[in-house]
Amino acid sequence: MNKRYTISVFTENFIGILSRITLIFTRRGINIDGFTASESREEGIYRITIVVHTTEEQIIQLSKQIEKIIDVIKAFYYLDDEMVFQEIALYKIPIDNIDSGLERVIRQHNARIISAEKDFVVVEMTGHKEETQELLEVLKDFNVLEFVRSGRVAVAKPMETIDKYL
Amino acid sequence: MNDSQIRGAEIVIKSLVAENARYIFGYPGGAIMPVYDALYDYMDHIQHILTRHEQGAIHAAQGYARVSGHVGVCMATSGPGATNLITGMADALIDSTPLVCITGQVASHLLGTDAFQETDVVGISMPATKWNIQVRKVEEIAPAIAKGFHIARSGRPGPVLIDITKDAQTAMGEFNYVPCLNIRSYRPYPKVEESIIAKAAKLINEANRPYVLFGQGVVLGKAEKALQDFLDKSGIPAACTLLGTGAISEDHPNYVGKLGMHGNYGPNLLTNQCDVLIAVGMRFDDRVTGDVKRYAKQAKVIHLELDPAEIDKNVKCEVAVLGDCRISLEKLTEKVDRKSHEEWIAAFRKLEAEEKRVVVGNDLSPTKVGLTMGEVIRHINEFKADDAILVTDVGQHQMVAWRYFEYKTTRTQVTSGGLGTMGFALPAALGAQLHDYNRQVICVVGDGGIQMTFQELGTIMQTKAPVKVVLLNNNFLGMVRQWQQLFFDKRYSFTELDNPDFIKIADAYNFKVQKVDVRGDLRQAVAEMFVHEGPYFLEVVVEKEDNVFPMIASGSSVEEVRLS
Repeated sequence: MNKRYTISVFTENFIGILSRITLIFTRRGINIDGFTASESREEGIYRITIVVHTTEEQIIQLSKQIEKIIDVIKAFYYLDDEMVFQEIALYKIPIDNIDSGLERVIRQHNARIISAEKDFVVVEMTGHKEETQELLEVLKDFNVLEFVRSGRVAVAKPMETIDKYL
Repeated sequence: MNDSQIRGAEIVIKSLVAENARYIFGYPGGAIMPVYDALYDYMDHIQHILTRHEQGAIHAAQGYARVSGHVGVCMATSGPGATNLITGMADALIDSTPLVCITGQVASHLLGTDAFQETDVVGISMPATKWNIQVRKVEEIAPAIAKGFHIARSGRPGPVLIDITKDAQTAMGEFNYVPCLNIRSYRPYPKVEESIIAKAAKLINEANRPYVLFGQGVVLGKAEKALQDFLDKSGIPAACTLLGTGAISEDHPNYVGKLGMHGNYGPNLLTNQCDVLIAVGMRFDDRVTGDVKRYAKQAKVIHLELDPAEIDKNVKCEVAVLGDCRISLEKLTEKVDRKSHEEWIAAFRKLEAEEKRVVVGNDLSPTKVGLTMGEVIRHINEFKADDAILVTDVGQHQMVAWRYFEYKTTRTQVTSGGLGTMGFALPAALGAQLHDYNRQVICVVGDGGIQMTFQELGTIMQTKAPVKVVLLNNNFLGMVRQWQQLFFDKRYSFTELDNPDFIKIADAYNFKVQKVDVRGDLRQAVAEMFVHEGPYFLEVVVEKEDNVFPMIASGSSVEEVRLS
């Protein structure tokens, strides 16, 4: 049965590591739903967060194949309820369409306006995909010019840190 | 610049010398020229073998690595030189062969500009290497080579590519070689766990029909003796994969034969009758398992394996014994009961007799007019030494030679297993021979495959490597033709070959040549081949449309192995 999994990969900062990781998915015809890379708590160690829809059997194999990459320190996989995660979304709305309704929408969704230009404002919201998607539906009345959503950032609930694998 | 500084190109060579590399198999070109220039001063320290094509260079390095157990080294220029190595890298990756490939690259300021002979070889080779790196600075050359050798030879071995820009080769730097012994993100040898060994031993001791399958992991892990001791004590019958062949002598009383699509009858059939399956250093390739949904479902599987990614990949196991199989086998041998499984082994022998009656007899001692591939191998067995190395290409001849060659010792089998690379044999045989000029190296090859890397006859000529080439010529791409006959209504679509006069070609390359097309001349010709001291080319014209049996048709179960 397909479920949504998040793979958390800890790697050395090595050119080409992202390609090597994504090749594992491409080769097996698995679509990557989200991909985020950043530094981790440890200096020099990078953390990549990948979201995929797949089976448990497949996610185990994917994690092992990722760990097999020389410069990968460790790969963990989690179901949604095993992580705390967040995504960020930006919505660009033309100034002409704005009325008092926008304030209500922003309050209701815990969103905020982070920039106001002559012709448009930019609304920002953080949350789960379902939540930022819901705001997008609502904001369609205001004629959203641009929409973008980040990949997932996530921390695991189990109290394990990467130190023990170094 | 101080006096102790040398060019990056010289650092490349000195690093290879520091790693005790004996040979570089290579081909020069623009972007690697500084390294070739440096090589000119090191001809007494390291030998360069100039092949006729980069693919020949990498297959030769593979042949050398497989027989010697050392890392094979090959070198090529950028662009086409580098891309010509790719097939060999893919082959070495799937067959776990340790290689360090060094390619020249355009100068770093030209990277990404579509410069002459620029190709993104690091990108292209990524899925075909265990690790790769582009080096753009002189001070990074030696550490990259050190890391490359460590990665290539440790754990599950594999090919590594080091791409060095031309400006890094010409820049000056210090040479201070520090071998790489540890990489924090890389743990090549998982520790064998005692509790797991105990679990595995318990399963084995309770089994009535245990069955060992062994693969190349036994050879790579130098576990030949450990396997033999385990079999001696446990009394368990054992069968080998294509690349595991020779890890124990075929004369061993527990040895029951070969696995896979064209392996032996009993070993395939009885896979579905054992109660505990002990897989040692093998990866359940689909050519071994047939339909995996109907593979050994009745059995509890114990998998001794170094690479964690192989566990449960194709066949789910009850007990995963991760780690070096030599250590695991030694520990298991201590814990297993001394037994003999006479009745169970007799079941294999019974099916072996049936295979002999239906297939082997006709292959080895045919009564029909046309010559068979099998009888050629029979005569080779008659004259070969116990430690003779058999190098084969891919196709019918490969399967027949594998089935009938008498393997007595380890590292005597060199073939392209996982990738099935036609054209592999001739250059690989050269590499195998260069490891030891005094060993017999027999290169059995088909008329299709030999023409893919025919040019390497030139390298054999130049090195005077006394390779014995045995061309089994049926003027067909025989294995594809066999499938066309069996599964495509005999529609022989582009499998028949109009071949050149092979003898004239081999003669032009200074081989001693002989062609046989009647049975009466065969034995004498093989005998003469083994007596001759230099390179020898024996062409045997064999029956055009013979098939290889037994066979497990694609998608069939191991128990559906057919004898005809």
